[in-house]
Amino acid sequence: MDLGSVFQDAMREAVGVRAAAYALAAVGLNVHFGYTGLLNFGHVGFMMVGAYGTAMTVEHGGPFWLGLLVGVLAAVALGLLLGLPTLRLRADYLAIVTIAVAEILRLTARSNVLEPFTRGVFGITNFADSFYAVNPFSPGRYHVWGTWSYDERTIWVMMVGWSAVIIISLLLLMLMRSPWGRVLRSIREDEDAARSLGKNVFSYKLQSLVLGGVIGAFAGMLLAFDTQAVNPDTYLPILTFYAYAVVILGGPGRIMSPIVGAVIFWFLLEFTDGGLRGAVDAGWFGGILDGAGIGAVRFALVGLGLMLLMIFRPQGIFGNKEEVLLDER
Amino acid sequence: MSADAPPQWLSEVPPQPGVCKPVPILVVSQLRKSFGGLQAVDIDHLEVQRGAITALIGPNGAGKTTLFNVLTGFDRADAGVWNLDDRPVTSLRAHQVARSGMVRTFQLTKALSRMTVLDNMLLAAPGQSGEHFFQALLPGWRRQESANRQRAEILLERFQLDTMRDEFAGSLSGGQRKLLEMARALMAEPSLLMLDEPMAGINPALTDSLLAHIAELRDEGLTVLFVEHDMDVVMDISDWVVVMASGAIIAEGPPAVVGSNPDVVDAYLGRHHGEASHI
Amino acid sequence: MRRIVLLITVGLFLLGSAIPAGAQQTEGESLKGTLRQSDDEHTLVSGVIITVSAGGELIGSDVSDENGVWEIGLPEPGFYEIEISVDMLPEGVSLTDPEKTVLENVEVRPGQHKTVIFPFGEVATTDRGPLERFLNLCVKGLTFGVIVALASIGLSLIFGITGLVNFAHGELVTFGAIAAWFFNASGAGPGLHLVLAVLPALVLAGALGAALETGLFRPLRRRHAGTIPLIVVSIGLSLFLRHIYLLFMGGAPRAYDQYALQVEHSFGPVSMPPKDLVIVLLGLAVLGVVGLVIRYTRWGTAMRAVADNKDLAEASGIDVEQVVLRTWVLGTALAGLGGVFYGITQTVRWNMGFVLLLTIFAAVILGGIGTAFGAVVGGILIGITTEASTFWIPVELKFAVALGVLILVLLIRPQGIFGLKERVG
Repeated sequence: MDLGSVFQDAMREAVGVRAAAYALAAVGLNVHFGYTGLLNFGHVGFMMVGAYGTAMTVEHGGPFWLGLLVGVLAAVALGLLLGLPTLRLRADYLAIVTIAVAEILRLTARSNVLEPFTRGVFGITNFADSFYAVNPFSPGRYHVWGTWSYDERTIWVMMVGWSAVIIISLLLLMLMRSPWGRVLRSIREDEDAARSLGKNVFSYKLQSLVLGGVIGAFAGMLLAFDTQAVNPDTYLPILTFYAYAVVILGGPGRIMSPIVGAVIFWFLLEFTDGGLRGAVDAGWFGGILDGAGIGAVRFALVGLGLMLLMIFRPQGIFGNKEEVLLDER
Repeated sequence: MSADAPPQWLSEVPPQPGVCKPVPILVVSQLRKSFGGLQAVDIDHLEVQRGAITALIGPNGAGKTTLFNVLTGFDRADAGVWNLDDRPVTSLRAHQVARSGMVRTFQLTKALSRMTVLDNMLLAAPGQSGEHFFQALLPGWRRQESANRQRAEILLERFQLDTMRDEFAGSLSGGQRKLLEMARALMAEPSLLMLDEPMAGINPALTDSLLAHIAELRDEGLTVLFVEHDMDVVMDISDWVVVMASGAIIAEGPPAVVGSNPDVVDAYLGRHHGEASHI
Repeated sequence: MRRIVLLITVGLFLLGSAIPAGAQQTEGESLKGTLRQSDDEHTLVSGVIITVSAGGELIGSDVSDENGVWEIGLPEPGFYEIEISVDMLPEGVSLTDPEKTVLENVEVRPGQHKTVIFPFGEVATTDRGPLERFLNLCVKGLTFGVIVALASIGLSLIFGITGLVNFAHGELVTFGAIAAWFFNASGAGPGLHLVLAVLPALVLAGALGAALETGLFRPLRRRHAGTIPLIVVSIGLSLFLRHIYLLFMGGAPRAYDQYALQVEHSFGPVSMPPKDLVIVLLGLAVLGVVGLVIRYTRWGTAMRAVADNKDLAEASGIDVEQVVLRTWVLGTALAGLGGVFYGITQTVRWNMGFVLLLTIFAAVILGGIGTAFGAVVGGILIGITTEASTFWIPVELKFAVALGVLILVLLIRPQGIFGLKERVG
C-alpha cells in the first residue's frame, strides 16, 4: 500500500473544490449556528435553491449572471419563508422544521409535477459554460506533488471557491466584531436578555438566516459548477450534517473554523477512504470489506467522529473550554 | 440611607390601593391575566410616581413577577391598558417596551455568559447605528462605540465591576452578575427601571452598597420599581410601597403606613413583620 | 412487562396462522407457486407453463396442475428468473398485469422452497370507483399508520422524560427489522420462522435501547449536556448505526422468508393482503396494551410522573433512572416491532428507518410530544393522511404531505393534539 499516494490524494481533496464548497456551506451555517445559536438543519435546502436557481435560469435561456442572481434571491426567499413562521419555536423544533422544509423542497424538485422546470429525477446539466468561458487558466494539468494535481477547469473552480470563502470570511469578521454581530451573539446567549435591552430578536434571527442562507447558496452553486449538474438526490439531509461536522470540528462561532474544519474534514475522509482501499487491495482485511463497504465505513466513521467530538471536545479546534463550560444550556 | 426627609408628595397622597399619583410615569388600568383557571393578576388601577422608588411586595404567588412580565411585554395580558410617560405601551412587544424606556431585570439573572462584561454593557447602549446590518459594514459606528465604552466604564466603576471588564460574564459570582444586570439595565438609559428581586442571593454588605446606588440613581431622576421579598430592604429605601396578594393590590402607601397595615400583615401571615427579630 | 410479552406471543401465533397450508417440502431448493384468479371463487389456473432460468440458461420448467400448483427444483441457491408463458393461458384468464410475465432476480437461499406469485384476474384498480379507491388508500394508510405509531411511541416518551430529540430513532426501527431478518432469512442465522424470529429480535432491540441509555445518554445527561450537543450526538449516532447496518447486510433490499407475497383478500369494498390485516390488529392490540400499562400500572404512573416533573417524582421516591431505562427498553422494542412490520409490508433495508424518521417526527409532533397516546393517534393520522393524500397528490410526494402536516402543526398548534401548552416554547 502506497501511503504516499494516499496522502497526496487526500491533500488534493482537502483543498479541492468540494472542500471549498463545504467550507462555504459551513461559513453560512456558522452564521446560523455558531454565532446566532439557530439550529438550522435544513441548510442543504439553501445549497439546493442556489444551485437550482442558477441552473434553471440558464436552462430556460437566461444569461448566467441572471442565474446567479436568481440563485441568491431564491436563498433570500427561502430564508424568509423558513424564518417568518418558525423563529419563535425553540431550538429542537426549529431543527425538525428546517429539515422538513428542505426535504419537501427536494421531493418537490424530484417529482414529476415540476418536471418541466426542474427536470425531475434527472436534474439539469451543462449550464455552467459561461462560468468556464472566463477561465483564465490555460488547458493542462497543474501539479503540486505526485498525484496531487488538477486540470485547468478544476483549478479555476477551486480558485473561485476559496476566494469566495476568504472574502466572505473577512466580511463576516468585520460584521461579527460590529454591534450587529454583538446582537447576534447575545441572541445565542439569551434571547430574553437581548429583548429586555431593546433588541428586536426576531428581526436579527431573520437577518442571520438570510445571510447564512445566501452563503450556503453560493456553496451549492460552486458544487454545481464543478459537476455541471444539479440533481435532487445530491441535496440530501446528510449534507447538512457534514456542514455541521465541519463547523463543530473547527469550533462554532469562530471565523477560521469553517475553513480549517473543511480542510481537515476532507483530508480525514479521503485519507481514511484511500487508506482503507489500499488496505483492502493489499489484502489486509481478507475480503471482508469491499468497495461499497469502504464507503459505509467512511460514513460510519464520520458519525462516530461527530459523536466523539461533541462528547469530548465540543468547542472544536479553535474554541476554548471555558466557553463550553459557560454554556449552561 | 433614608435619613433624608421624605419627598413632598408623599404626604399629599392618601395610602389607598389604586390611588393616583401627582406625576405618574406609569399608569395601569384594568389589567387582568389568568393562567388556566387561576387569576394571576387582577388590578383595577395602579400608578407609579415619577422619580421615586416604589416597592412591589407581596407573598409568593401574589402575581408580582407576572405583573412585571405583562407590563414589559414578556407575557400577554388578557385585558387592560397601560401607559408609560403618557404613551400607550400595552400592545408593544418586549423589545419595543424596553426601547420606550421601561427596562427590566430578571429574577434569575440573564448574564450573557459567553460575552465579556464589557460586551454585555455595550450591548445595552441604545441607538447604535452599528446594529444595523449595512451600517455595520461601514466605519461610522466606531465613534458611537467609544462614547458608549466610556459610559460603560463609568457605570462599571460605580458597580465595582471595572476590573472584570474583559472576563466572561459567566465567570462572575452570583452577586456580581446581579450587579452586572443592573449596570446593564442602566446602560440602556431607562426612564423606568424595573428590578425583579435585585437583592436575592446577595450578601448583606453588598446589599447596602447596592441600595446606596439605587438611592443615588433616584436622586438623579431615575424612577425605580422593584419587586422584593426582603422587608428590611423595602423599608429602608422605598418611597412608596404597593402590596399585592392573590393578584390584586391590597394596600399602598409610604413604608411605615403599609408596614402597620393589618391587612398587609395578614397577607404575609405575620411572617415578615410584627416579629421582634427583625434587624 | 410480562403482559406485553404474553400478548406479543399470542399475537405472533395469530400471525402464524396466516401461513398458507399445504406447502410441499423436499430437500434442496425450489421455486413454486399456486396460480389462481383473484375473483370471488379464486378459480385455479391450470395448464400454464412456468420456466426458470439463471444467467440466460434454462434451469427447468413445470406446468401448473389441476390445483394450479407448480414447482421447479433448483440445483443450488442463488438468483433466478421466472417466466410465465401467457400464450397458453385458458380463455378468459389473464394476468392482472399483462406486462409482468417475468420475475427477475428472485433470491433463493439454501434449503428454501420459495413461493412466488403471478396474480391473475381483473385489474381491479381501474374498475374501482373513486370511493373504493379512497377507502383502500385509507386502509393502506391505517397499516402504515399503525407501524408509524409503534415506532413513534418510543421517541415521544423519551423526549417527554429526558428532553432528548433522538435523531437516531429511525435506526432503532431498522434494528428490529434487521434483527428479525437475521434470525429469519439471513444465510448466517438460524432460519427461524418469522413469527419466532421476532422474539429474539425484540429482545435485542430492547437491549440496544438499554445500552444506549446507560452507555451514552445517561452519562451525557449527568454532565448536563445541553439540547444542542445531545442532538448532534444523536445525529452522529444515527450516521454511525446506519452505516454499520449497511456493512452488515449490504445495500440490497431483503425480504423475510414468509409473508413476502400475498394475494389480497376482499372485505367488501376494501381489499388488503392478510399480512396487513394482521399487522393492524396485532399492532393495535400491542398499542392498546401499552396504553393500559401506562395508564394503570405502577410503572406507567411512575413514567408519567417523571415526564411531568422529574424533580418532584424523584422527591416522591421514584427511581427516575430506572424509569428512564425502562422507557428506553420499551420504546426501542416497540420501534423494533414497528420495524419488523414495516419490513413485512415493504422490504428490509439498511436505511428504512431513516427514511421514516421525519414521518415519525411528524406523528409525534402532531399527537403532542411527550405523550404515548399522542404518538399513537398522531401515527395513525399521519399514516392515513399520507396514503389518502395520494388520491389527489402524485405518489412521489406523499412523504412531503407528512412533512407539510408537521410544519403546519408546529406553526398553528405546536403542542400538538394532546400536548400541553407549557411544554413548547
